[in-house]
Amino acid sequence: MAAVLAMVARGCGGVWRRLRQRCAVRPGSGPFPRGERAVACNARGGMMSAGKSGLTPWIPVVGLEIHAQISSNSKLFSGSQVQFAAPPNSLVSFFDASLPGTLPVLNRRCVEAAVMTGLALNCHINKKSLFDRKHYFYADLPAGYQITQQRVPIAVNGSLSYSLCIDNKMSQMVTKTVRIKQIQLEQDSGKSLHDDARSQTLVDLNRAGVGLMELVMEPDMCCGEEAAAAVRELQLILQTLGSSQAVMAEGQLRVDANVSVHHPGEPYGVRTEVKNINSIRFLAKAVDYEIQRQIEELGNGGTISNETRAFDSKLGCTVPMRDKEGKQDYRFMPEPNLPPLILYDAKSLPANMNHQQVINIDWIRERLPDLPSVKREKLVEQYGILPEHSFTLLNEDGLPEFFENVVKQTQMKPKKVIGWILNDLLSYLKQHSLTVKESPVSSFLLADLLNLLEKKEISSTAAKQVLAELWKGKGKTPLETVKEQKLELLQDQKELEQICQAVIDGQENEVMAIKAGNQKVLNKLIGLVQKKTQGRSNPVLVKQLLEKKLSE
Amino acid sequence: MLRSSLRQVSAALKEGRVTPTELCQRCLALIKSTKFLNAYITVTEETALKQAEESEKRRKRGQPLGILDGIPIAVKDNFNTAGIETTCASNMLKGYISPYNATVVQKLLDQGAVLLGKTNLDEFAMGSGSTDGVFGPVRNPWSYSKQYKEKSVPKSHSEDEEYNWVITGGSSGGSAAAVSSFTCFAALGSDTGGSTRNPAAHCGVVGLKPTYGLISRHGLIPLVNSMDVPGILTRCVDDAAVLLGSLAGHDPKDSTTIQDDFKPFELPDLPDVSKLSIGIPKEYHAPGLSSEILSLWSKAADLFKNAGAKVVEVSLPHTRYSIVCYHVLCTAEVASNMARFDGLEYGHRSDVKDSTESMYAATRREGFNDVVRGRILSGNYFLLKQNYEKYFVKAQKVRRLIANDFGKVFGSGVDILLTPTTLSDAVPYTEFIQEDNRTRSAQDDILTQAANMAGLPAINVPTALSERGLPVGLQFIGRSFQEKQLLTVAKWFEKQVQFPVIQLEEAERHDNGVFQHQKSASFS
Repeated sequence: MAAVLAMVARGCGGVWRRLRQRCAVRPGSGPFPRGERAVACNARGGMMSAGKSGLTPWIPVVGLEIHAQISSNSKLFSGSQVQFAAPPNSLVSFFDASLPGTLPVLNRRCVEAAVMTGLALNCHINKKSLFDRKHYFYADLPAGYQITQQRVPIAVNGSLSYSLCIDNKMSQMVTKTVRIKQIQLEQDSGKSLHDDARSQTLVDLNRAGVGLMELVMEPDMCCGEEAAAAVRELQLILQTLGSSQAVMAEGQLRVDANVSVHHPGEPYGVRTEVKNINSIRFLAKAVDYEIQRQIEELGNGGTISNETRAFDSKLGCTVPMRDKEGKQDYRFMPEPNLPPLILYDAKSLPANMNHQQVINIDWIRERLPDLPSVKREKLVEQYGILPEHSFTLLNEDGLPEFFENVVKQTQMKPKKVIGWILNDLLSYLKQHSLTVKESPVSSFLLADLLNLLEKKEISSTAAKQVLAELWKGKGKTPLETVKEQKLELLQDQKELEQICQAVIDGQENEVMAIKAGNQKVLNKLIGLVQKKTQGRSNPVLVKQLLEKKLSE
Repeated sequence: MLRSSLRQVSAALKEGRVTPTELCQRCLALIKSTKFLNAYITVTEETALKQAEESEKRRKRGQPLGILDGIPIAVKDNFNTAGIETTCASNMLKGYISPYNATVVQKLLDQGAVLLGKTNLDEFAMGSGSTDGVFGPVRNPWSYSKQYKEKSVPKSHSEDEEYNWVITGGSSGGSAAAVSSFTCFAALGSDTGGSTRNPAAHCGVVGLKPTYGLISRHGLIPLVNSMDVPGILTRCVDDAAVLLGSLAGHDPKDSTTIQDDFKPFELPDLPDVSKLSIGIPKEYHAPGLSSEILSLWSKAADLFKNAGAKVVEVSLPHTRYSIVCYHVLCTAEVASNMARFDGLEYGHRSDVKDSTESMYAATRREGFNDVVRGRILSGNYFLLKQNYEKYFVKAQKVRRLIANDFGKVFGSGVDILLTPTTLSDAVPYTEFIQEDNRTRSAQDDILTQAANMAGLPAINVPTALSERGLPVGLQFIGRSFQEKQLLTVAKWFEKQVQFPVIQLEEAERHDNGVFQHQKSASFS
């Protein structure tokens, strides 16, 4: 017995040391490089093999708590402006600083944003919801409590469908659903800056009181990739609705992950909460790391404690966070300064009510924009593009619109246009870290160019050359560029015939090979003609001419 | 002049018999000579004179802002006043200057009222004596009245004044004393469990607690948000109606104020109570009720009966649970509301700098008195997860039952309830401090806090002098938002009882006596 205990203890410590070493040695790459992974996430089943040992598999369980900052001009309960990166404490009303005697006044826009989000996530909207105070002392929480919706939140029982690809293949996508437990309205806190050198804390209250939607996702996910895909889809939905800008890097979308593992047929394991995740990529990493850590810990006879861990993006691992003096009792209490939040629908709307005073759920529902999933379906249906292409389009803000604008202005088929959008435009933008809006080539210019190609006035090689010129953003039209650089297709058949003849004459070996039946060599001749014409010849025509001459 | 009612002095201003500056100067002089009352924490002499000057210009142009233009008023020191210290009689806010005006203060200023100063109270309005503030206790002006001096057993003269002075009641004792000693024509108090009506009763003035939601709380430093209401202290019921008219109404800064428009009203000159049904709640015959007050209460009921009103005994069966539930709800909200005083953004900050937590702890220990700290402690206890259902939720349920009790009685046809305001007349300070604040508050709020639990309007009307020559008041409780009916009944009653005017040497010295005849008219 004593021996076993000792072993357990040793094993436990051993894993820790090993993990930490890996963290330290391989910064940025994460502790489990692909090849070394004992287990891999499986998007289909979610079950994880326990590695080479072949023991009972582990089932990881992942739930998320997401705070989305509401995109609004003013704060949830005060008239202060909401703005990212404003000078410290420049956006602070008396209420935000919790001056004695100030009272909260609910911002209608924030309520509408939460209702919109709830509807988009298939939630039941509570026609009566309540506000509560959650108490704790912290320097950036000037009132000593946060106003939130603990008892009756504004929206409950929703779901979010998201898709992810199997084994990293775009062509094999599966759709999954995660349940949304609730959406609650609450205040953001300010920000504390700890100056350890001078042992002081600086407080910025610009963010204090900004409206947040807290979304609680049920533990329906099983790996980092799923969590990341779900959050990405949520992000797109919020951005489509305009209810949140949802930029993780700016803290408008904050994701905490609850992770546990258990054996099939057994109850859920003890979970840890992983915080400090500030990008979707890191979310996947953090969750996978935490799953792996728990499996190793348990596999080595250790236990998981119900703790909060922070994701260290530099080391790619999670580390225990210093606990805030053990368990907090938040001493929840109804917020006495805010009456219950009452929402109406077409049925319950009182006839003599001032419309400025009420929020009509049905009115908001009727005005919801197309959600990303619907937009994708429409794109596939309308333009005949592949589903995976619709995902890529939707992933970039403004790209679907750009694509549609090009399609509208060109005779080229959408199926061909999408290639130019995804392969040329998107890769150029990514390379230069530009957004679609910042693209030096407008949809109009690109359509112009594709029209030249479609009308066979230039070759596709030439088109790429023109595009390269257009990126420079010198304000020239594609046609001007074509003319300047003499990239028009050779329309003179005789000239082309002469060039073809010259190529044939100069490549005796190749001609012999073709005549012996090796047709592939013909491509080389076509290439040579292209080279001689600087890409200005129509390859189809060249092929015809060459074949004709070779058969003579 | 100083002893006339607000409406009378407003008429005098209108007719030019006195100028706002003269009036202001006289009030300021009286405040100085009654400094021993400790009614004011801050006297805003300079700004008051400026405001009076502005008022004078408007009056001269014939463009006054209304009935309040040029009228000297005082405000309890738990209402925010821009540029003027707001202390809540606490070390925590000593020296704190708010950047904004409470809505009620703004409304008074917008109507031309002249703010004389901020009145004394129990620290953060937690108390029923106006004895537990950092600036010391308020002395009841009646302690120095001819009426009291004659009746109280005369010892040696110096001892008499030093040991026999009585408390004002609280927590708006400063405001009640200010109105009672004629240093201002009206004052704002706050009423959470009786804090306006109780000192009004002890100081012999009218104290109105309006319906919850009728007057904005924005800028009132809260005690219990769900029960606090700005209170109105005046010399007569008509004046209370004037103040109510100028303060009531929706405030976009306070979401708990009602949306419906409030129409200011004037009370009939000859009120008629013959068609009314007056309820006498038997539970208000509480243990400890003095026989004097009991008999006054009974006489009052007879007055109504004789005037043709229907007087019925009614029952509010949950009344006896009210004070304990009030205690739970009050301390819970106090614990929450006081959390913001951490020394970071404003107010007192301790020099202890070992850690943020130790700074918080020291700041709050140094900033709050025992009463406040005690309430914070018990409130937090009631809000703990394991206690929440047992105490807070239960107290809320009982609160609903108490409100329902009133609803049933009013539903049965009763228009107004008549009850005592306090168990006895004011006690001497030396006697009052024998008991701790908690015990005192539980006794003194017993007859008043149920109206706060139910959100109902209630008013203290000075009724008679006790055997010791001190004021005793009775309370009327009305239906929600039926202030006009409540005040009409109160005015009728006021006319019947003819409560005597306080005979105060200082006030008599400062008043020129020109309007003596009108002064007496206001109380007859």
